[in-house]
Parts: sequence; C-alpha cells; structure tokens
Amino acid sequence: MQQVFAILIDGIIYASWLFIIAVGLTLIYGVMKILNVAHGSLYALGAYAATSLGGYWLAQGHAPLGSYGMLLIAAIAVGITVGPLIERGLLRLMYGKEEVVLVLVTYAVFLILEDVSKLVWGVDPLSISEPYGLLGNFEVADLVYPNYNLLLVAVSVLVGAALAWVLNRTRQGKILQAVIHDREMSGALGINVSRVYLATFTVGAILAAMGGALTAPSIAVQPGIAADTIVLAFAVVVIGGLGSLGGAALGAVMVGLVRAWAVHKWPEVELFSVYAVMALVLILRPKGLFAVPEARKI
Amino acid sequence: MRDRTTLLLAASLVALLVLGLILPQWINTLTIAVSWGVVVLGMMLMMRTGLVSFGQGLYYCLGGYSAAVLHKFYGIGDILVMVLTGMVVAGAVAAVLGLLMAKYRDIFFAMLSLAFSMILFGLLVKTQQLGSTDGFGLGVRSVAGLALPQGHERFVVFAASGVIALLLALAVHRYLSGHLGRLAGAIKDNELRVEYMGESVRNVIHLNYVISAALAGVGGALAAITVGHVDPEMSYWTQSGEFVFITILSGTGSVLAPFLGAIIFETVRSFAYEHSPNTWQMVLGITMLLVIMFLPGGLWSIFTRTRKEA
Repeated sequence: MQQVFAILIDGIIYASWLFIIAVGLTLIYGVMKILNVAHGSLYALGAYAATSLGGYWLAQGHAPLGSYGMLLIAAIAVGITVGPLIERGLLRLMYGKEEVVLVLVTYAVFLILEDVSKLVWGVDPLSISEPYGLLGNFEVADLVYPNYNLLLVAVSVLVGAALAWVLNRTRQGKILQAVIHDREMSGALGINVSRVYLATFTVGAILAAMGGALTAPSIAVQPGIAADTIVLAFAVVVIGGLGSLGGAALGAVMVGLVRAWAVHKWPEVELFSVYAVMALVLILRPKGLFAVPEARKI
Repeated sequence: MRDRTTLLLAASLVALLVLGLILPQWINTLTIAVSWGVVVLGMMLMMRTGLVSFGQGLYYCLGGYSAAVLHKFYGIGDILVMVLTGMVVAGAVAAVLGLLMAKYRDIFFAMLSLAFSMILFGLLVKTQQLGSTDGFGLGVRSVAGLALPQGHERFVVFAASGVIALLLALAVHRYLSGHLGRLAGAIKDNELRVEYMGESVRNVIHLNYVISAALAGVGGALAAITVGHVDPEMSYWTQSGEFVFITILSGTGSVLAPFLGAIIFETVRSFAYEHSPNTWQMVLGITMLLVIMFLPGGLWSIFTRTRKEA
C-alpha cells in the first residue's frame, strides 16, 4: 500500500515537472509547426540562470524566501531575451521550409546554446539547493516529501489552467486558434501573424526556462541536462499528440506514472519504459492520442 | 555524361590510403571518418526518400555491440566476421521494425526512430553483463582469416575499413542508378503518383530502411573495432543527431559525398577537441545553419553547380 502511494506521489511530481516543459513545446508546435529541439537548451539556460541569480540573492544575505522570486525572475529573464532572439533572429527566416528542416534548424540552435552555457557557466555541476528544503516536509503514509514538490505541482496546474483559459476564453486565444487553423487566412483577415508567432515562441521559451528554474533546486545543474530533458519532453508531446494541450497533460501523467512505477517496481527498465510507452502509442495511434485528424492534401 | 563515380571512388580510396601512410597519427581519425561515412551513406539513402531518421544510432550501436559481443563472449577477433555480423544483426532488426517504420513520414518517422534508439539506450544502460553505462572493450586479431601483422594493426584496420567502404559505396551507387534506387526521389516528390504507377511505396521505403540500417551496422562495427570500445552513448539521440548533421553537410548528390562530409567532420572535430573543446558544438551549429540557408544541397552541390555552369 505504501508503495502504491509512493508511486502515485512520485509519478505526479514527475508529471508536473514534465508538463511545465512539454506544454511550451506543444504550444510552439501547435501554432508554428516547429518541433523545437532548442526547447531543451532554454530549459538548461533557465536552470543555470536560476543558480546564478538565486545563489547571488542568498549570498547577499537576503531573506531566503526571496529566492523563489529569484527563480521566477531568472526564468522570465531567460525567456524574454533568448526566445525572441531565436524567433526574430533565425526562425523568422525559415518559415515555409519543411517541418523536418525546421527540426534541424532548432537542433543547430541547441548545439550553439549548449556551448554558450558551457562558456558562461563552465562545465562543473552547479547547485542551488536551499529553496528545496526551505518549505519543510509533508508526510503521506510514513513517506516524507519536501513541500517544494507541492509548489511544483501547483505551478504546473496553474500553468495548464491559465493556458486553457487564455486559449478558450479570451480574444487572444481565439486569434491564436484562428492562426493555428489557417495561417494565410488569418493574415488576410488582418491578424498580425508574425506577432502571434513571436508571442507564442516567447511564452514557450518562458515555460521551458521556468521548468529549468524550478528544477534547479533539486538537481545538479550541469552540461547534458538539455539533451536528457528534450527527449523526455518529445516523448510526452508525441504521446499526447503534437500541438494538443490536453495531450501534453495526459502524456506527462502517463510518462510520470510509468517512470515512477518502473523506479519502484522494476528499476532495470526505468529509461526503457518511457520510450517503450512512446513507441507503443506511436504504433497504435501514429499521431499521438489527442491529435486532430488532418485532411490529406495532394 | 559518362559516370565517373567508380573511378572517383577508387581514386579516393588510394588517396586516403596514401594519406594514412604519410600521416600515421591521423589513422584513427580517418578510420572513424570512413566508418561514419558508411553510416551516413545509409542516411543519404533515406534522405533521398525524403525521410530523416533521428535514431540511426540504434543500428550503429547494434553493429558496434554485435562486434564487441563476438569478441567478449565467443572469442572471435576477425574484422570481416565482426562487420558481417554487425550488418546482419542491424539489417534483421530493421527488417522487423521496418514493417512499422515504412508507414511513418516526416516528424513522426523521426520521432519513432528516436524512440526505438532510446529504448536500446535504456536497455543497455541497465544491462550489467554488457558493462552498463561504461560499456566494454574489444580487440581484433585477424582480417578474413589472415592474422594482423605486428606493429601495423592500425593501418590494416584502416585499409580494411577503406576497402569495405569502397565496396559498399559501389553497391549503393549501382542500387541508386537502378530502378528501385530512382524510385527514392520519386517517392520524395510525390508518393501518390508513385502508387499510381503501380509501385509499392511501402516496400521501397522498407527496403531502403533495411539497407540504411545494415550500413549503419557496418559503420558501428568498424567504429567499435577502431576505438576498441563500445558504450550505450552510441545509441543516444545526440549520436544520431551527429549523423543527421553530416548527412545535411554532405548532401545527397553522390555516394562520395557522405565520406567527404564525414572526413571534414572528423578532422574539424579532432582539431576542435584539442584547441577549444567548449566551442566545438557551437561551430557545428553555426555550420549547420549556414549549410541549411545557403547550401540546401549540401557540400556536394558545390561540385555539381560548377559543372553545370561549365
């Protein structure tokens, strides 16, 4: 029984983390049809910026609780600088190319940013562990978890709800849906498509960086986290169906629970299990669980 | 215009062997370049069909591990046997997975291939018998039954790789000039019309997939023999990404292109590793962007373009 709780709680925590990252990826794909490999780099940059800014804050002797604000500021700072830089500076020139070529373009950006973070932050592991323990612990069936994890879950629920609200209930959301549905036609109706793209990419970038900044307290921030994370995020969005908000949520929960189950019950298949689920879903539903069917164009 | 590819290939092999004799310290780099060239040769075949695999590391890794397992568990140290085993294992796995893969296109093809390669990575990382994350070493003693001469092992491995690569490149060249090979480009342009002509798109893609996997298996076995070590990173997605990179860099114009691309890639890499290890990937990324923007046909298109103008 205790193990069931452990699997559920671990799974939900892991799923929340995955969702924050994957939802940005699926948003960018849904609107711009770009499978953004550089999303992993934005995640890493967010984590690095969080260690710097949070570490600086704590070193200055300010109130430790303020470090949470620093994590948030780090994420937003990375998102609103690097995001538009990539979109305006590079992707803008590439629209209209095949989807696979766009994957390669963002892969190139990924490679560049990988070295940028090495040059700025070095290759040694960094950490900012204070915020992780600061909020105390909670206990479920004799299992002790840091409350920080609840914060993570809350943020991911909030992000999901906010995005769903914006998409379905606001004018901006309707505009976004129009652009998703038919880019040329929306442009003809007077929607500034290029600004929608810029906004979407920036929001996606902020979400990726936020995923990184919020994870930074619980991991060692070092080269390679970008590569490890982006494939997991791919698995999540592909399972849910590229471009689907609900799909990203479902994918995150599935991957989270499967991994938690594997970690507790059968550690040998931990990594394997995630990609096995991904392959299985792709085999049964080639475009993911929640993908919208598309008319065949000749 | 007469086809000079055979002549060019043979000349390149001779040039490469001479280069290896003059610069013995470069032999390992060149051998790795040749083995990666074989992998990229297969990627090129897929790309001609319009498909980019982000999981070719799967077959590269299978080839490498097949060779290494032969040595570790069966005491076999013959290069030719190892390479053939790598080819057969990779090809056989691809024949099964190809049943599925042939139905997928674009990003979904890339993602499913990525998933399969990550599955192998996840398995190997947790397999203690195969050295887990560290992998394990292997050695070679002979090539096609002839013992390696003392003190010249590296050169013989290099020469053997070169000859194997030449034979494979010739075979692929013949395949591409034939009926099935030419269908690849047609499928990329318009699948539906190929079907109307009475050809099975799925079968052609399946066949090309198996060929490209077998080539990756050969490349993996050769690389494992050269390095003397295998580890699960061979199947990680960044490895596949490097293969994609070389394929884009080379272009799909000729069977020589992959080898040219791989040699440039490996040479630049060994320089960069020595002089500035932390900007190496940046150089890669910028090069890739430049190639995509200004040379969509890859490096090889430089040659074909000038020839047309002349």
